[in-house]
Amino acid sequence: MIYLDLLIGFLKVGCFAFGGAYGAIPLIRDVVLSYGWLSDERLTDMIAVSESTPGPIMVNLATYVGSSQAGFFGALIATLAVVTPSFLIILLLTILLKTALKNKYVAAVLGGLKPCVIGIVLATGCVMMFRQGVLPLLTESSDYRPLILTAGLALVYFGSRKILKKGLSPIVLILISACAGIAAYGM
Amino acid sequence: MKNLLDLFLTFAKIGLFTFGGGYAMISLIENACVERKRWITHDDMMNITVIAESTPGPIAINCATFVGYRQKGLPGALAATFGLILPSFVILYAVSVFLDSFLEIAWIANAFRGIRIAVGILIADAAVHMIRKMKKKPLSCVILLCSFAAMLCVNAFSLRFSSISLMLLAGAVSLTVFLIKNASSGKGSEQP
Repeated sequence: MIYLDLLIGFLKVGCFAFGGAYGAIPLIRDVVLSYGWLSDERLTDMIAVSESTPGPIMVNLATYVGSSQAGFFGALIATLAVVTPSFLIILLLTILLKTALKNKYVAAVLGGLKPCVIGIVLATGCVMMFRQGVLPLLTESSDYRPLILTAGLALVYFGSRKILKKGLSPIVLILISACAGIAAYGM
Repeated sequence: MKNLLDLFLTFAKIGLFTFGGGYAMISLIENACVERKRWITHDDMMNITVIAESTPGPIAINCATFVGYRQKGLPGALAATFGLILPSFVILYAVSVFLDSFLEIAWIANAFRGIRIAVGILIADAAVHMIRKMKKKPLSCVILLCSFAAMLCVNAFSLRFSSISLMLLAGAVSLTVFLIKNASSGKGSEQP
């Protein structure tokens, strides 16, 4: 049953989403792809849309996935499921367990979780760059445009930090990449 | 009641006007809750940011729940949290209704072919940023590298091994190493 799947899937995401929005993306990708709710392409599109619309990225993705699978109530269930664990944990920590995070065993477990999350996020970023940028070149169509776009966008994004004080914001990069996509595929 | 409404509306405004999630929201929450409304102190804000880093879920949600609870107990926590997610919910629900027909327009579909490439770059960049901020102890570095390699293998060979299992494994390894160290140093102090 789809409502139950959405509830369990996004509760899992909510329980393990350490490291903010980008820490959650690999988990959401796991859940969404393993249930076959969205294609990899559509999910990637939605990550960009969630980044460019207001609000926490995780909540935005949950609402979209829920709605695309089971309409309004699907959206409601997925959204509530993704925030409930963090809501309950914060309540628990503020009311009862004020020192739980300082407990040395808890600290030891967290000390392993955090670098693991970073490794997972790094791998996910590399896999997504490879799938979108390099793989089209290796298939029959041998489309070279994604590779050029990847190199160009990376150069613009990281190069901007050398010139501008804070570099480009993610939303500006998304806008530039949209224009680049239109130029590369539309002309 | 007036307080609850105030909490709800304040966080709804934060949810509506912060793009990019996470840390962008923290400065807005600090501005609203510490400087303007004086609901919590600056120290509280620092504490909750540290706690948010060690607990799962969106950081902004963690802050909203904490501020709401401090102000008005459980009803306050609910009001602030619901306020924060309401704009996201409404906007993304509307997007989900229109997106499919939107993506059929040729130039928008082309734009998204470019955008997909930017997303990979953003995620890799977020990871690099996290590595810079991490305390680089030997065990952390080993866990990071092993997780990275494991995740690459999972993707390359389409294995059925979830990131959550990997995280649980990393937590267990870290705890075991801590216990072993603890036990051996404990023995050491017993010996004269």
